[in-house]
Order: sequence, then structure tokens, then C-alpha cells
Amino acid sequence: MTTMTDPPKASFQLSMLIYDTRYRSYTFQFIALVLLMLLLGYLGANLVSNLAAQGQNISFDFLSSPANYDINQRPIEYDSQSSHLRASVVGVINTLIVAFLGCATATVFGVTAGVLRLSPNWLVRKLMAFYVEIFRNIPVLIWILIIFTVMTAVMPAPNQFRGENPDASMLFDAFAFTNRGVYVPAPVWGPGSLVVVLTFLASVIGVFAYRRYATKLLYDTGRLLPMGWPSLVILFVPTVLIYFVLGQPISLAYPALKGFNFDGGLHIRGSLIALWFALAIYTGAFIAENVRAGIQAVSKGQTEAAASLGLRPKRIMNLVILPQALRVIIPPLISQYLNLTKNSSLAIAVGYMDVTGTLGGITLNQTGRAIECVLMLMLFYLTISLAISAIMNVYNNSIKLKER
Amino acid sequence: MKKTVFLGALTVAGLAAGASAAATLDDVKARGKLNCGVTTGLVGFAAPDANGVWEGFDVAVCRAVAAAVLGDGNAVEFVPTTGKTRFTALASGEIDMLARNTTWTFSRDTDLKFDFVGVNYYDGQGFLVPKSLGVSSAKELDGATVCIQTGTTTELNLADFFRANNISYEPVPIETNAEGQQQYLAGACDTYTTDASGLASTRAAFENPTDHVILPEIISKEPLGPLVRHGDNDWGDIVRWTFYALVAAEEMGITSANIGELSAAPGANPEINRILGTEGELGAMIGLDNEWAKRAISVGGNYGEIFEKNIGEKTPIGLARGLNAQWTQGGIMYAPPFR
Repeated sequence: MTTMTDPPKASFQLSMLIYDTRYRSYTFQFIALVLLMLLLGYLGANLVSNLAAQGQNISFDFLSSPANYDINQRPIEYDSQSSHLRASVVGVINTLIVAFLGCATATVFGVTAGVLRLSPNWLVRKLMAFYVEIFRNIPVLIWILIIFTVMTAVMPAPNQFRGENPDASMLFDAFAFTNRGVYVPAPVWGPGSLVVVLTFLASVIGVFAYRRYATKLLYDTGRLLPMGWPSLVILFVPTVLIYFVLGQPISLAYPALKGFNFDGGLHIRGSLIALWFALAIYTGAFIAENVRAGIQAVSKGQTEAAASLGLRPKRIMNLVILPQALRVIIPPLISQYLNLTKNSSLAIAVGYMDVTGTLGGITLNQTGRAIECVLMLMLFYLTISLAISAIMNVYNNSIKLKER
Repeated sequence: MKKTVFLGALTVAGLAAGASAAATLDDVKARGKLNCGVTTGLVGFAAPDANGVWEGFDVAVCRAVAAAVLGDGNAVEFVPTTGKTRFTALASGEIDMLARNTTWTFSRDTDLKFDFVGVNYYDGQGFLVPKSLGVSSAKELDGATVCIQTGTTTELNLADFFRANNISYEPVPIETNAEGQQQYLAGACDTYTTDASGLASTRAAFENPTDHVILPEIISKEPLGPLVRHGDNDWGDIVRWTFYALVAAEEMGITSANIGELSAAPGANPEINRILGTEGELGAMIGLDNEWAKRAISVGGNYGEIFEKNIGEKTPIGLARGLNAQWTQGGIMYAPPFR
């Protein structure tokens, strides 16, 4: 006869926290957490007491007082009477501008170079290898300085455009390349221009809708609608029609030499160009390697299988290889975007007024509020990095392998 | 193990930061060297010569203090600082004093917790332009691109000046004087603005200094002087009176040539005797021996000699005494009495 007995219900004893493997890890993690908090508390208390010994305190009141300095690149209304907070916001927007431009350009450079590194053409392959190796093995600060210095030294100064026989002349009378930056025509928004812009946005949505419809039709009925020229028609015809119907509300302001500088048009400063371009080619080199690795991670059998189905090489790349490669490419791409955004804080090397230059530079210096400013800077970069991560993770989830 | 070391280091750092608030004099004596903050390089004011030896108008103040306190004008560790790092370096105790053409302002003296001990150069902000620009007044600079050192009072004066005159400009922020010079010479900015003395010094280093002019407008008051941390008044007194000893020496006619003779025995002028320690006990009152001022003056001469040697009219910088002449000569250099 067998007796069924429950295993004895072990009562919890304090010693189990150390000797029982089920609880031991929690114990040590808890101890580590307490130690970490003690350490942070000690550092904080140390900071506050040392500041008190110097007769200083932590206060963010300075943010509302007038900044008293000027910023050259102002995406929003700002003058020297605006507050330090507004100066910081100008800096934040400038950081975002260069980060966005940089990420977009770096992706283009990176994907192009990455795909071409696998080109069957020996020369193209080696050229791209050269690009990758030279740009990712030299610090980005050096690249920023090199591009900036070359621009200031090689490009003509605005006063060389002056006179009967100037040393320099404008391209198509619309673009001026000077050592202070590039001047390009800027759009002037007349009355009714909003309608034109809205029409264009509607056309963009229309293109997507048409493509979705065409794909659906293809899957449902097997009928193949043309994609290329209808897209172009939808994109441009309505906008151009509205533009002329409303009497050309959008015109262009051309830059012209006036006084010491070019006036009118859009001024893309040398500092922005140097920073943008340096960050883009530097990060692009890393992205190129990610792309190459991603493509090579797709097994050769996939290409061969696609080829045996009769797909052409371009379609193999677009329909078979790249969708699978993206799963490998996207996660490291996120890090590259984050790196680029954080590297944009090197802006001060060329006098680009990003948030490190305004809040972490001039404001910090004029108010002497180093700890407050640096804390705010850290918070900003942390927020922006997490935001980029979050957005890219959403994208990554949408393209990753769907397991059913 | 590594963590313990880290924590230990943190504790030590914390203690050191707490202790550095007082008794700078003891620290300097124990170290045997004076840590003096200077610019990263401004010819005439503070720059290393061909042999790497720092020299200049601000450097001379550091050397005088080192001689007064330590007895050796060479017992100085020069710490180059930029416009942005100078105050952090001083507040953290990395340097004992700052002699880096720093403008004495209300907020720096009070809010930043520093003490300016005096003014060694009365300056004002000016504009440097190429002659070919055809500008004769700063008010004609409407729309100009202006190179400006970031993190300085000049940045604020510039904004005020252009706003007051209702004209526009485009600031190009730069980090160091060398960078400003490069941008200005490449024509990336129409004009370079900083203290007029700094402009003269920068222009002296150009290939063709005569192609550039400093515009007549001086748009601000820039009293430049050495400063120390707030809170250690004894140390502040030493730096202050060492500097005034140099100024008083010029007024009294004590020069590096005759100082040996004058300090050998008490002379007819009681104030000279008190400065040089042949009479009275002034040195003891600031915690030094009686020959402190004699040593300070011996290093580079009196204020006037230092001025002429580093930035005076016979040097490439070519600055006139102007406001910086003795009060007896029409300037405003005025040392309080030594008694």
C-alpha cells in the first residue's frame, strides 16, 4: 500500500534568503540597489553641502531672466531680450534640425555605400571600402573641423562678388556659395499659398492610396496597374493646376549682395553645413557596414530560390533580400541615429548654436549655473535619445519576422 | 575591490572639495607652487615664449604673487583657461588665482562668489576691421558679420550696442582668440570684436598689421583684473596688496634698478620704507615676512615697467598708457596708502 503524502510544505526561513537559490539572486539585487541608492544619496548630499559651503544653491530662476545675447540661426522668434529658456529652446530646435538632416543624409549615404560595397564591379566595391574605412576611422570632430576650415578658406568671401569684374559669381544668379555659408532662394508665401500646400499634401496621401489600391487589386484579381506615371500625375498635376488658378501665390526671393552680406533668400550657414555634412558622412560609413552585414546575413539560398522563380536581380533585391535584411539592419541603425544626435553636441567647435552652445555654453557661462544647465542638458539628450529609440522600435516591430 | 577604490576616491574628493574653501595660503606654501589661471595665449598678456616660458602682463601678476608668498617668481604653475573654463577652474580650487583679462562685473563678484582684488588694466570693447572694408565708425556696421568670443562679457555688450543703435548684425561665435583671428583673416566675418587691448595684441600677430584698423568707438567699460575665490579674505588680501605694491612702487619711483639700493637701509620716504619692509611690520599683517613686496617688485619691476615691457608703445602690441597711467600722470591707477 502506498501512501500519498504531500511534500512537506517548507516554511520560509530567513536563512533561505542566502542559501536558497530561488531567493538568493533577489537578495543580492536588493543589496546592490540599496548600495546604489546610498551612493547616489551621498553624492547628492555632498554636492548640496559643498554648494552651501560656497554660498550657492540649486535654482532654476535664471531661466526666466533675459538672455542678453544674440543667436545667429533663429528658427523661432528670438532677440537678446528673450529669456534664457527661449534661448535654450532655440538651441534645442537647432539641435533637432541638424540631427534630422544628418540622420536622413547619413541613411542615404550609408545605404548607397553599403549596397555598392557588394557590387560585382571591382572599382566601385573598392571605392566604397575606401570611403567606409577612411571616414569611420578618423574622429568626427576632425571631420567637422576639416570641412569647416576648407569651406572658410576655399570659398570666396561675400565682398569678392562685388564690382565690375568680381572674382566670384553666383550660380544661375540664384545660389551664392560664400565662406559664410550658402545662400539659396527662399519661397515667399503669398495669400492663397496655404491652399497650394494643402493640395500638395492631399496629393501625397492620394499617391499612397492609389498604390495601396493597386497592390490590393494585384493580390485580389491579378491585374497589374501601372505604378510609375500615375503616381507622378497624382503628385504634381493638381498642385500645379491650383498654383496657376490662384495666380502663382508662391514666389521665390533671390539672395542679393546688399551691404556687407547677401540679403534675401535662405542663408544656410557654413557651421550648419560643416556639422551636417561631417556627421552624415561619418555616420554614413557606419551605416554602410550595417547595411552590408544585413544583406550578407540573408542566406545565398534566398537569392538562388528567387532567381529560380524567374525574378530579375533588381526585384530579388527589393522583394526578397532587403525586407529580410532590414530585420538585421534596423537595430544597429537605431544606435547610429542616437550616436549622430549626440555627436551633434560637437557643434560649438564650428560655432553652430545648438543646445550645448546656448544652454550649455553661453547661458551656463553668463549665469554661472553649471549644475542646473548640465542637468537640463542631460535631461534633453536623454529624452531625445529615448524618443528616437521608441520611434525606431515601432518601425522595427512592424518589419520584424512575424511568427504565426 | 575596484568598487572600494572608487568609493574611497569619491570620499577623498568630497573631503578635499570641502576643505579647499579656506586657507589657500597654507595650501600654496605646502605645495611650493602657485597655481595661476591665465589665457590659452594672448600675446603680451599671457603667452609662452619660444622656450615655453610664460610671459606677459597678466603673467607678471602671477609671478609677483608667487615671489611674495614663496620667494620665487618662477614657482608658478600656469593653467591655461578659456573664457568658458576659467570660472569653474577657480571655483573648484584647481587654480589659486585667475589673472586672465577678466572683466570685473557685479554678478561675477557677487553671484559667482569671486573677489576681484583690483584692476590691472582699464579696457573697453572695440572693433577691428580691414581697411579695405571702408568703415570708419562702428555705427556703420549695419548687417555686418561679427566674430565674437563666446562666454565673455563682450558678447553681451555687442548685443546691447547693436540694439541701442537699432542696427542688425550676424554673430559668429568662436571659442578662442586664435580661432577668431583665423575666421577674421579668411573674411568669414567682417569685423572681430573683443577688448581693445586684445585687438591690438591680435593685430600685432598679423602678417600686415597696418591693413587693419581698430574703430574709434569703445562700446563698454572693461576693467580687467585678477580675482580669487570668495570666502578666503586673507588670501584675497595678499593678492590685492601684492598688486598694489607694484602700482605704488611706480608712483614712489621704486624700479627694478634701484630696489636693491632702496631696500638696503631705511631712506627718507617713510612709505617706501614701509613697502620695502625696512620700517614697520606690514608683512606680518598679511601673514608674510617683511620683504614680500620687495621680492614681488624685484621679479618684473613696478607696474609701469611691466606695462612697458609687455604691452607698451615700444612693443609690437603698442598700447598707450591712457587710463592706465598713474593718477599723478592723468590716469586712474591709484594704489591705496601703505600704512
